[in-house]
Amino acid sequence: MKGNRLIVIPLFAALLLLPFKGIQAAVIMFITVSAGLMLISFLRKYRIPEGFNKIKAGLQIITENSSIKNSIIPLMMIAFLVSPIFLKDYYLDVLIISGIYILLALGLNIIVGFAGLLNLGFAAYYAIGAYAYAIANTKFGLGFWPSLPLSAMFAAIAGLIVAVPALRLRGDYLAIVTLGFGEIVRLVLNNWDSLTNGPNGITEIAPPSLFGFSLGKLQHYYYIVFVFVLLSVFIIRRVELSRIGRAWKAIRENEIAASSTGINATKYKLYAFIFGTFWAGIAGILFAAKMRFVSPESFTFMESVLMLSMVILGGIGNIYGVVAGAFILALLPEVLRGVHDYRMLILGIGLVLLMLFRPQGLWGGHYRRNKKCSS
Amino acid sequence: MFVLEVSNLTKRFGGIRAVEDVGFKIRDNSIVSIIGPNGAGKTTLFNCLTGITRPTKGNILFTDKYISKLPPHKTAEMGIARTFQNIRLFSEMTVMENVMVSQHARVRYGLMSAIMKNNGFRKKEQTIREKAFEYLELVGLEEYAGDIADSLPYGSQRRLEIARAMATEPKLILLDEPTAGMNPAETSEVMTLIKKIRELGKTILLIEHDMRLVMGISNWIVVLDHGVKIAEGRPDDIKNDPLVIEAYLGREMSH
Ligand SMILES: Nc1ncnc2c1ncn2[C@@H]1O[C@H](COP(=O)(O)OP(=O)(O)O)[C@@H](O)[C@H]1O
Ligand SMILES: [Mg+2]
Repeated sequence: MKGNRLIVIPLFAALLLLPFKGIQAAVIMFITVSAGLMLISFLRKYRIPEGFNKIKAGLQIITENSSIKNSIIPLMMIAFLVSPIFLKDYYLDVLIISGIYILLALGLNIIVGFAGLLNLGFAAYYAIGAYAYAIANTKFGLGFWPSLPLSAMFAAIAGLIVAVPALRLRGDYLAIVTLGFGEIVRLVLNNWDSLTNGPNGITEIAPPSLFGFSLGKLQHYYYIVFVFVLLSVFIIRRVELSRIGRAWKAIRENEIAASSTGINATKYKLYAFIFGTFWAGIAGILFAAKMRFVSPESFTFMESVLMLSMVILGGIGNIYGVVAGAFILALLPEVLRGVHDYRMLILGIGLVLLMLFRPQGLWGGHYRRNKKCSS
Repeated sequence: MFVLEVSNLTKRFGGIRAVEDVGFKIRDNSIVSIIGPNGAGKTTLFNCLTGITRPTKGNILFTDKYISKLPPHKTAEMGIARTFQNIRLFSEMTVMENVMVSQHARVRYGLMSAIMKNNGFRKKEQTIREKAFEYLELVGLEEYAGDIADSLPYGSQRRLEIARAMATEPKLILLDEPTAGMNPAETSEVMTLIKKIRELGKTILLIEHDMRLVMGISNWIVVLDHGVKIAEGRPDDIKNDPLVIEAYLGREMSH
């Protein structure tokens, strides 16, 4: 195991815990995870976890065999399509939120996963999409559907505005600028009382309606979000498999080589920002319409970190992995409600195990498996 | 007649004179080698020609157009391709995708076509694939089309770089030490490949250390030392040039 992983992973786990449980718990988390990691690396050295390797191999067969993939996906789709008939409101609610997170993670994945540009303030574009609708609706009486392109556009324009100066900077600085932008947006929302109603937020946002029918029931939201998730996967996948997606990945892999093959790297990085933040805007309007209430609290730095964790968990750059990662991380707090105090710990341990056994993420397939020596 | 005309080209990094007042011309469909000891400014020259670094001074005329202020994607679009001394592949992409990327400026379509997968998109993607495969065949890597580039052995990675450069369909291709680190068999394969590329009508600018190979393959040789051009000419003239022997070959032999 690389030495820096022993620090990075526990730090990451501790960071996740910090806003929920305070500094003391975060320190305990850090120590526990570090100890766990050292134990595991110790066990590995003595070849004890043969069983782990078998699980790992099995997981790889499932995730890399396309015929298994092709049969699992339609089955899951059908399950999701009929589930509102059986599910209680509570579960439906959780699924809707998961769907919104999937949209966010997919959008962020375009920037981080495809183009390789770190973004630590993605919640800002989510907020802009949500507030665009909240304000358009409560102040100007604009409905959900006409607001939809508006929300997406505002988020994408914000993406562009940040990207133009930020892309002149390299890696680490880009992370800081995007993080800063996230905080600026949250502060503006908190303080521009006349427009955003400050920390109290905006209430009484109208639900969507279609041909005069209000679509305010949970089932309605479920299907609306479901359609948008499918649409986003469909569209993003196609863009990924086009010259645009190839250009993004080439830039991620080696920017100098990419530009030497005729790719305008700056232009394509901008495209990635615009296209990624576009989906955050959509997620934002869905969130505002579903909650019928928005406040700055929903768009903190921790939200951005959570979105990034979803992308990392599933396997950076892989759409299906990111969907799975978002789904799991959105669901996890609910599943672990019974063991509330320990759920962040469990999440941390889960991420550690992941880093150990699937460093490319749950679904990521591109790992160095048959690296031959140079002759 | 001349594909490339370089005049007064100068590149300084702070106080370092990486390239100083260099000029030369390259005839269409020829193989020209740039030689010189390490640190002579050969790679920097390539970086200037492709727009990766902006020259401090001087002019670069490519097919009668001034290109010294163009960014790399523009020079690529105009018809200059290159490989890198330190391999720069898209490591996590497949061998095929590495070469498909090169069609970026040649076969274009927009976001909407990609999303709709309309007929235009299908035809263009088909063309991109066919072209990419063709260039993989040229360098003999077609069997590995589906492999991750990073998994290829070293020698194949170097050839993949050549395929990727060729797939941009250039007039002029710049090869920066394409045989570095190769064994003699691999090296001679690459030399055959370079001759084949010339037969395809391309012009080649080559950085190569092996004198025997350089003398055998080049139509013209430019010698750099400490950023300055100390000689240029046909291989036979270079071989007997006292300055070159003194500054470069002599030093090499004394090792
Ligand atoms: N980006 C750079 N910044 C500063 N100095 C550089 C840079 N690139 C090259 N140099 C310097 O320029 C000189 C020429 O280097 P280079 O072109 O790589 O030589 P060659 O390829 O002939 O071995 C060297 O002294 C090198 O240290
Ligand atoms: Mg060099």
